[in-house]
Amino acid sequence: MSRRTRAWIEFLIERLLFLCAAASVLITVGIVGVLIFETIAFLRAVPIWDFVFGTVWTPLFYNPSFGVLPLVTGTLLVSGIAMAVALPCGLLTAIYLSEYAAPGVRRSLKPVLEVLAGVPTVVYGYFALLFVTPLLQRFIPGLASFNALSPGVVMGIMILPLVSSLSEDALHAVPNGLREGAYALGATRMQAALRVVVPAAFSGISAACILAVSRAIGETMIVAIAAGQQPRLTLNPLVPVETMTAYIVQVSLGDTPTGTIEYQTIFAVGMLLFLSTFVLNLFSNWLRERFREEYS
Amino acid sequence: MSYRTLRMRGLLAGAALLAAAACGGGSRTTEGTGDALSGLVSVDGSSTVFPVTEAVAEEFQKAHSGVRVTVGSSGTGGGFQKFCRNETDISDASRPIRGTEVDACAKAGIEFIEIPVAYDGIAVLVNPKNTWVSEMTVAELKRLWEPEAQGKVLRWNQIRPSWPDSEIRLFGPGTDSGTFDYFTEAVTGKERASRGDYTSSEDDNVLVQGIEGDLNALGYFGYAYYEENRDKLKLLAIDDQDETNGSGAIAPSPETVANGTYRPLSRPVFIYVKVGALERPEVLRFVEFYLQNAAELVREVGYIPLKDTEGKLVRERFDQRATGTMFAGTDSHSKLTLEQRLRQ
Repeated sequence: MSRRTRAWIEFLIERLLFLCAAASVLITVGIVGVLIFETIAFLRAVPIWDFVFGTVWTPLFYNPSFGVLPLVTGTLLVSGIAMAVALPCGLLTAIYLSEYAAPGVRRSLKPVLEVLAGVPTVVYGYFALLFVTPLLQRFIPGLASFNALSPGVVMGIMILPLVSSLSEDALHAVPNGLREGAYALGATRMQAALRVVVPAAFSGISAACILAVSRAIGETMIVAIAAGQQPRLTLNPLVPVETMTAYIVQVSLGDTPTGTIEYQTIFAVGMLLFLSTFVLNLFSNWLRERFREEYS
Repeated sequence: MSYRTLRMRGLLAGAALLAAAACGGGSRTTEGTGDALSGLVSVDGSSTVFPVTEAVAEEFQKAHSGVRVTVGSSGTGGGFQKFCRNETDISDASRPIRGTEVDACAKAGIEFIEIPVAYDGIAVLVNPKNTWVSEMTVAELKRLWEPEAQGKVLRWNQIRPSWPDSEIRLFGPGTDSGTFDYFTEAVTGKERASRGDYTSSEDDNVLVQGIEGDLNALGYFGYAYYEENRDKLKLLAIDDQDETNGSGAIAPSPETVANGTYRPLSRPVFIYVKVGALERPEVLRFVEFYLQNAAELVREVGYIPLKDTEGKLVRERFDQRATGTMFAGTDSHSKLTLEQRLRQ
């Protein structure tokens, strides 16, 4: 192969790689563009104040009202319950795996935990609706058959590996010198873990939690199946709620004509969703950056 | 599920006919796949009637592979607009044609035959463990479901003081559903006028699941769907406070839906056929196929077939090419039964 053809092939491959990288960027730009475009069209019909601070969300009905707060509280409620499950369980799992478990146990337990993240979310959804809800109803009379509690708990189980795995990485990355220093001062294993290693890994753990929150907010199938589709402004976990993602699913499943205000609502809600997860991801990245600087 | 087996049966029958035609050397035109019928039949209209027409069209195209039948679902009103602009041959309708639509058709010189094909009923349901309610009046349903009730009527005892002071949890179809249009019109008096704070889903399974698991639930959906889930739900009798069509509260059943005593939540659904289009053999054969097979296919897709006597009268009406509507100036909720109208 002559030098020239080689250079030419090299050039082609470089361009190809660039195109691959550019494609994902362009697609992202396209999605954001569509979101912005449709959201602007929506906000032309509905004042932004009414959208963001309105407390009644009935855009598909006779007296349409476009207050997105019920969807926001629904999303926060379910995500909050999920975090209440995933955070303690995930953190304790991470501490156990990093500080207590024998290397063999750690090696086999971690992949098993991660299998939880690989279960399709539609399976989790029906698990919540058909198993967890009836189970909870035995203990909590008055629990509606669609509620925020059961999908929240199941979602917590789903994001548990995300929390435990990332937190474990953060704990593991804490230099051994810190642990040894703690032991040298006479600390027990638990004192070393809770007072030295966890605080040292704090920013990494926080980053993991924020990623988990953002995953919970964006989760769709579980809530669409098990939380009911009734937008109501409440923090009561026992009644049906609707999240932002579930609303988008609900409208997309029907045959809403394009260009109507009902159609634009899903983009406005999508924009809000995108903004919230985007900000959370940025924040989590920032935290992780800080964490890297400290110990590398 | 049963519809799929039907389709399988159709497929097998088609294959058998094909084999027979091949063995026969192709000299004879057999009734079925091999016939020379060709062309296009275009149907549009109600999404409620869509499943019935779609099922008929599918079976028809298996028997006559040369004919293409397109079935749209732009809604009863949208369907009539196209029909009266001469764009379709047949219009599906979940209510009788309106006076304005009759005029539009007359202006375009379009004559039509009105053919009732099935009954559709809506069941109102509660949890099977619910002990306090077994019937409701239409007025109570209105108080519960009208737009003004949103955020205000939230407890059972607000409907009837003797009912418990606990939250009432509502389930119903989504706004794209024909059942929603029909229920809102029959109950609140205005199509699509409904409260919005209830659990809505286009998937009837979700509604069944919701009502089944919640003592305080109340919901509504197509009667056919109740039939499939009898043991999980409690059916309410509905009182329209009109003694002329059966007194007291009446529960829906194939009989009460068909004989018109389950009012106002039952109605006949129709197809409207353009007389001019019947000169084309493919349209004529399609309508005849529809009339012959409607009863079976209607049951398959979950509606209630016409009574035999009504079916016969409809058939006569079609054979005589009786044009115009039986409902001039009235709607399908009014007092005469379909049979009485057909005999007029």
